[in-house]
Amino acid sequence: MELILSAGIGALAASGIYLLLRPRTYQVIIGLSLLSYAVNLFIFSMGRLRVNAPPVLEPGGVGDLLRYTDPVPQALVLTAIVIGFAMTALFLVVLLASRGFTGTDHVDGREPPRGD
Amino acid sequence: MLSVFILAPFGGSVIAIFFPSDQRGATAWFAGAIALICFLVTAGLYPFVATGGVLRFELDWIPELGLNFTLRMDGFAWLFSALITAIGFLVVLYARYYMAEEDPVPRFFALFLAFMGSMLGVVLSGNLILLAVFWELTSIVSFLLIGYWHHNAHAREGARIALTMTGMGGLAMLVGMLLIGRVVGSYDLDAVLASGDAIRNDPLYNAILILVLLGALTKSAQFPFHFWLPHAMAAPTPVSAYLHSATMVKAGVFLLARLWPVMAGTDAWFWIVGLAGLTTLLLGAYFAIFQQDLKGLLAYSTISHLGLITVLLSLGSPLAAVAAVFHIVNHATFKASLFMAAGIIDHETGTRDMRRLSGLFHYMPITATLAMVASAAMAGVPLLNGFLSKEMFFAEAIETHLVNALDAATPYVATIASMFAVTYSLRFIHSVFFGPLPSDLPKKPHEPPRWMRAPVDFLVLACLVVGIIPAQTIGPFLHTAVVSILREETPSYSLAVWHGWNIPLIMSFVALSGGVGLYFLMRSYLKTGIEGPPIFRLLQGQRIFERVLVTLSWKWARSLEQRLGTRHLQPQMRLLVFLALAAGALPLAVGGFRLPQLVIRGIDPAFALLWAIGIACAVGSAFLAKFHRLAALVLLGGAGLVTCITFVWLSAPDLAVTQLLVEIVTTVLILLGLRWLPKRIEEPETADIPLKVRFRRLRDFLLAAMAGGGVALVAYTVMTRPLTPDTIASYFLGQAYHEGGGTNVVNVILVDFRGFDTLGEIAVLCIVALTVFALLLRFRPHPDSLESPEQQRVQNAYDDDHPERAEGESVAEYLHIPSVIMRWMFPVTGMLAAYLFLRGHDLPGGGFAAGIAMSIGFILQYMSGGTRWVEERLRIHPLRWMSLGLLVALATGVGSWLFGYPFLTSRSEYASLPVIGKVPLASAILFDLGVFSLVLGATVLMLIALAHQSVRRAARAHARAARPEREAAQ
Repeated sequence: MELILSAGIGALAASGIYLLLRPRTYQVIIGLSLLSYAVNLFIFSMGRLRVNAPPVLEPGGVGDLLRYTDPVPQALVLTAIVIGFAMTALFLVVLLASRGFTGTDHVDGREPPRGD
Repeated sequence: MLSVFILAPFGGSVIAIFFPSDQRGATAWFAGAIALICFLVTAGLYPFVATGGVLRFELDWIPELGLNFTLRMDGFAWLFSALITAIGFLVVLYARYYMAEEDPVPRFFALFLAFMGSMLGVVLSGNLILLAVFWELTSIVSFLLIGYWHHNAHAREGARIALTMTGMGGLAMLVGMLLIGRVVGSYDLDAVLASGDAIRNDPLYNAILILVLLGALTKSAQFPFHFWLPHAMAAPTPVSAYLHSATMVKAGVFLLARLWPVMAGTDAWFWIVGLAGLTTLLLGAYFAIFQQDLKGLLAYSTISHLGLITVLLSLGSPLAAVAAVFHIVNHATFKASLFMAAGIIDHETGTRDMRRLSGLFHYMPITATLAMVASAAMAGVPLLNGFLSKEMFFAEAIETHLVNALDAATPYVATIASMFAVTYSLRFIHSVFFGPLPSDLPKKPHEPPRWMRAPVDFLVLACLVVGIIPAQTIGPFLHTAVVSILREETPSYSLAVWHGWNIPLIMSFVALSGGVGLYFLMRSYLKTGIEGPPIFRLLQGQRIFERVLVTLSWKWARSLEQRLGTRHLQPQMRLLVFLALAAGALPLAVGGFRLPQLVIRGIDPAFALLWAIGIACAVGSAFLAKFHRLAALVLLGGAGLVTCITFVWLSAPDLAVTQLLVEIVTTVLILLGLRWLPKRIEEPETADIPLKVRFRRLRDFLLAAMAGGGVALVAYTVMTRPLTPDTIASYFLGQAYHEGGGTNVVNVILVDFRGFDTLGEIAVLCIVALTVFALLLRFRPHPDSLESPEQQRVQNAYDDDHPERAEGESVAEYLHIPSVIMRWMFPVTGMLAAYLFLRGHDLPGGGFAAGIAMSIGFILQYMSGGTRWVEERLRIHPLRWMSLGLLVALATGVGSWLFGYPFLTSRSEYASLPVIGKVPLASAILFDLGVFSLVLGATVLMLIALAHQSVRRAARAHARAARPEREAAQ
């Protein structure tokens, strides 16, 4: 379980970072999204992996870590998902505006002398 | 009681801003009343302070850091408060008549009061850090005051120089204060004043001294930092009269005197302070002689007098400290009146240039007489207050304090400087008020309004009274102040006018007669009207300052940028990734890293398959993002879904719900954006890809692989270690129900335990949505993407070919059945959102998820019906929802104050609703409602703004197409 998830996180992060270094804005936005999956999963995994132990208590109950999974990384990731969405939206619009102003979708706002 | 001194001016400042700008009188009366109240309170506190009492007012600020909001009034602080408030009141009265019709008066008085408050804060601070805060406040407010006439380039320039100099000095001082706190172990002024020996014997003493002196000397315009003061003369005259007599520049000498008991008396102190003071005393007086501007002359004279006070404080003898305090008061009175007189002259004649002014005695005899008395006090003529402190200065100058050249030179420098002082005072009077009647003045001069002159009357009267009967007037106040600085070291001194024939008196006579003689010798030179002193005018402090600034902020910055900077994003990103990698690897390399045991047991094949798909999606999307955007987007969604399923699998239902919904919205958003990107068609990969490109790709690939591998390794290592049981999670799990009133711990954390973070987060979301909206308002797409999409063109062409079809019918019919279903789904989506919202506190769901679900409902309507169709039927006000959401969330937080709880404390109850049953009704649910409303508004705003682009484009293209036809028809 842990092995597979960490491999998955690694693959997501590597694909994301590779795209982050590419010259086209669309590649960068896809890369950022992939990277944010990786980061969210990474933070989430810091609470360790538990099956069938969602942090939802019984009414009146007091929870402990033996019966429930760690809720803190989940709360962090929930925030991160929403902020990630906001970031994607903002970046997308900046990308569109940049394309409108400069006529190119290169990250530098102008075409390089030779294509990459 | 002491808090009045801070609350009244700052509160008054805020109120004064709201006065209408035509209410000059009312604003002035208001500001004057505030100043007067402060003064009366000061006066009322005197009996307590006079008995040696120290008033304290303490408020916890950040007690963990030793930072308290401590105000403290002893005799010295009292004397300063009295000066600040009394002269403040007089200046307000004066400014009432000085400021012109067209000046925005409320801003002036608001800034003025704020400045008074900051200055009172400086003198009353009982904590060094608080002092530094108020100190910087005076710098900032004085910047605004000096630049009050911001349409004037000189004023802007002067304000900038003053802020740069005093601000930098203040920063150095703050570091000095921090070091003092480190040595003493407390920032409390009383504790600091009690540990003079510890500070003086500390190895850090020299560093502290230099840093603190940088602050004090820049503020007091001491050489070589003096040049900001003459430039600050571009300020309105009331500002100069206040800042450069009783307040701003006095803050520097105030600090020197305040820290005098703990820092003075060492060789380093004597040399640095003494040298700066003596140089300033002499040069300031010398420069003052050659000024052509009235205020310029007064500015340099101020610099010189501050030098005098600094010299006195440098000597380290108690008697000199008495003289320093005395001169602080005296200088404030005569210099304030002189500035006001200069302002009156400027106001009534329209110029301050001494080359044009002459013979004004004829027109304004009373003002002239007042100015003469004040100048005489400035020159140190007997029977005036300036004389007394100058005599004390001379007496101290001839005293030997330390055996060295500087000490030996002091009496000579003092005599020469006061000779210069006589010369410039005489010049001020003689060239302005005497001589032939003026010929080319902009205005015909006359006496100022009665009340404009009143402050000058009062101050000059004070000069006279103090000068004649010092012991009966200023004596007790001075004594209180001196005792509070020197305590048991207080020397016996006498404030008599006549001390008999002694060396100081002879020095005074030499200075007086020499000064008069010098003036008549120099008259022919001064008549030439050259601005600035000979030789020295070539060496302008301001020019050096400018050059330093240009070098620092432009030349060095540019060369650094050329060396290190790049205009390309990719190298920067590469550097960033590389640094992140290094930063991650370094602690592991240094701290040691034990590789975890690889466990291959217990792998769930379904999970493995899931991630095989996930990894394939990620890699595929990375591969296709350049040429096949839609495919990459689909694969990205695939990776997102895998993430979502992982959350479900691993006990995170909340995350799964949110992830799924966000995934949908993100995909729609990017789909909407795809249309505006340039077409990119994959060329067949030929073998001749340049080597450079291959290398670059390989390098990036390796970097990415290393980063990915590293992340995987760290994640695996952490995951395979057991969780320590006593994390904060135990607290949240244990308290969620009993304190948060909900069983869904994640939701309780978000809306209750960490509600403040969530409030910040929704604020960010709000800002992002507004930014997106604003950016899209100005969006101009590239001409390539202006025409309608290919599919629409094909469909429209089909309509054109078939006469029975109207244009646009095919587009409307496209995906007709799904769109009907989507329309019908709207209530269902709404229901889902409500469901998610209501169960949020106890079961997976909550405001975020509900908000996004609801926004999906809206966006589905847009997709099925088209923008126009929806907006004809639904009124959508995302901006209102957003503001409502933010307000509700804030109000919930503030509401807990009403019940005496901290911000955002929540209260929970269960309410029984008919049909629905028991519903958790924590006040957190209101907060969650705010979150819901804001998330909904923000998401819909962004999506709609983007979707509208097509409509706008089409409308504009249509208009453009129609125009030539219309023109042809005409």
